[in-house]
Amino acid sequence: MKRSNASNWLFLAPCIFVLILCAGWPLLRTIFFSFTDATLDNLQDFSFVGVDNFITLARDQEWWRAVLNTFVIAVVSVPLETILGMMIALILHRNFKGRGWMRAIVLVPWTIPTIVSARMWAWMLNDVYGIINDLLMRMSLIDAPIPWIASNSLSIVSIILVDVWKTTPYMALLLLAGLQSLPQDCFEATEVDSIPFRKTFIKIILPLMKPTIIVAMIFRTLDAVRIFDLVYILSSGNSASATMSVFARRHLVDFTDVGFGSAASTALLFFIAFLTVLYVSFNRKKLYNLR
Amino acid sequence: MIKPENKWKYKKYIKNVVFCLLCLGVACACLFPFYWAVVSSLRDGADLFSTDLWPARITFDNYRYVIHDETFSSSFFNSFVIATLTSLVALAVCLFAAYPLARHRFPGRKRMLMTALSITTLPHVAVLSGMFELIRILDIYNEKSALVLAYMIITVPFTLWVMTNFMNNIPKDIEEAAIMDGASQYTILMKVFFPILSPAVVTTGLLAFIAAWNEFLFALTFTQTNQARTVPVALALFSGASQHELPWGLIMAASVLVTLPLILLVVVFQRRIISGLTAGSVKG
Repeated sequence: MKRSNASNWLFLAPCIFVLILCAGWPLLRTIFFSFTDATLDNLQDFSFVGVDNFITLARDQEWWRAVLNTFVIAVVSVPLETILGMMIALILHRNFKGRGWMRAIVLVPWTIPTIVSARMWAWMLNDVYGIINDLLMRMSLIDAPIPWIASNSLSIVSIILVDVWKTTPYMALLLLAGLQSLPQDCFEATEVDSIPFRKTFIKIILPLMKPTIIVAMIFRTLDAVRIFDLVYILSSGNSASATMSVFARRHLVDFTDVGFGSAASTALLFFIAFLTVLYVSFNRKKLYNLR
Repeated sequence: MIKPENKWKYKKYIKNVVFCLLCLGVACACLFPFYWAVVSSLRDGADLFSTDLWPARITFDNYRYVIHDETFSSSFFNSFVIATLTSLVALAVCLFAAYPLARHRFPGRKRMLMTALSITTLPHVAVLSGMFELIRILDIYNEKSALVLAYMIITVPFTLWVMTNFMNNIPKDIEEAAIMDGASQYTILMKVFFPILSPAVVTTGLLAFIAAWNEFLFALTFTQTNQARTVPVALALFSGASQHELPWGLIMAASVLVTLPLILLVVVFQRRIISGLTAGSVKG
């Protein structure tokens, strides 16, 4: 038995090594740097400044603005994605001709690299030449072109729009997997006894799906809180719509202030760690399934 | 007066129409942005600013320019090399690690799985300065290997989790038969499990490839020249002669070129990708 245990760890060794090298060590160093005044040009030469970086951070208006932006994006986009994802999951769960095609089509937004999506939407939302303004004007919903990206408050709306478009498919797949693991007779009840689907959904499916929905929402929230790519492209350097990740990277790399940037990253890390604990405790169930 | 029987049929018919319209709506919402990118990429000059849904005149000039553009073609090559290496390394490491995690019960196993799960939720910006230092120490800044190293944090925990789930589903008898025949752990993994798992290996490899192909933050931070710059960074840095007028036609052509291989992969491997994606996370 003892020999077998040693071989277990032998098999695990490369993986553990890689995880320590690429995740554990850099993470500890980032936390370490947040107590120093290190700069990007010279990472060897620094002195300890205690919690000064965190104090500066707490007084930084832009940081709180970024926290608020991140919060708004997560709180608005995750529920939207859940509702739309649920709708799509219910569509995909039905047995109909062309379901395979539908599944492939729904996957497309998820496949497209975030940067490409951001660029595509930036073009569609372009205030002068964009097709969205054009369509809205043709339908006479608006009188003048809307500056979707240039305007501070609207750029958050654009970011949420693109994020919802991009991640709803993923949400739909998670929820679809949940639907498929339910006892299938609860769907048949609708067809056989001609009970309105709305009723079956609220009374039976939704309560059964509750754990899946909660876990999927936490999972997506963790993702939304660290959002970077979309915001980087769609806010085009505008600090008014920056998120925590964008703020941290700007100070770390663009202003080469590793100490302060690391402090911002660490603050984000603790924020996410809190959410992770929540997530892991919900996902415990999954581990028991593994046994 | 409609007979109740016919009324029922009529209702069912309406329901089906509504369902089809719903499907159509979802499909349009998913595909239109990409369609619009394709249409825009086939236009040039003043045509580009037309909002007709169908191009009146098709030109491939944008594609010709993008393919011959050195930054773009080299970034395409870099992305391909980096994503391939990343998925291969992640697969190799995780194939071995998933074996004991899925097949044996030993102290520390749960903690290992939980740690991997927690790492998938890390904000990448939180390892940025530490990773920067590591890359400086290893002297691989602006090298492809720097990105392969950085991408391990994205791909390894995820691949490990998915692989463990797949391996967990293999019936115990197969393994026991091999043990009876005196096979070692290594032989069991390579000769018995690997062939059974090869579809799962393809799936997880594909997911790792896509993740590495799409990654932006590390690629933006750890590269500086065409030597290692990947496609998302090249696309983000694409700018025209003047600061205010972006070359939208070119950007769209490049976007289409970058996305097309991925869409093909997903359409072909659709079922497997879905099973991999959902095996990696929650099932409730």
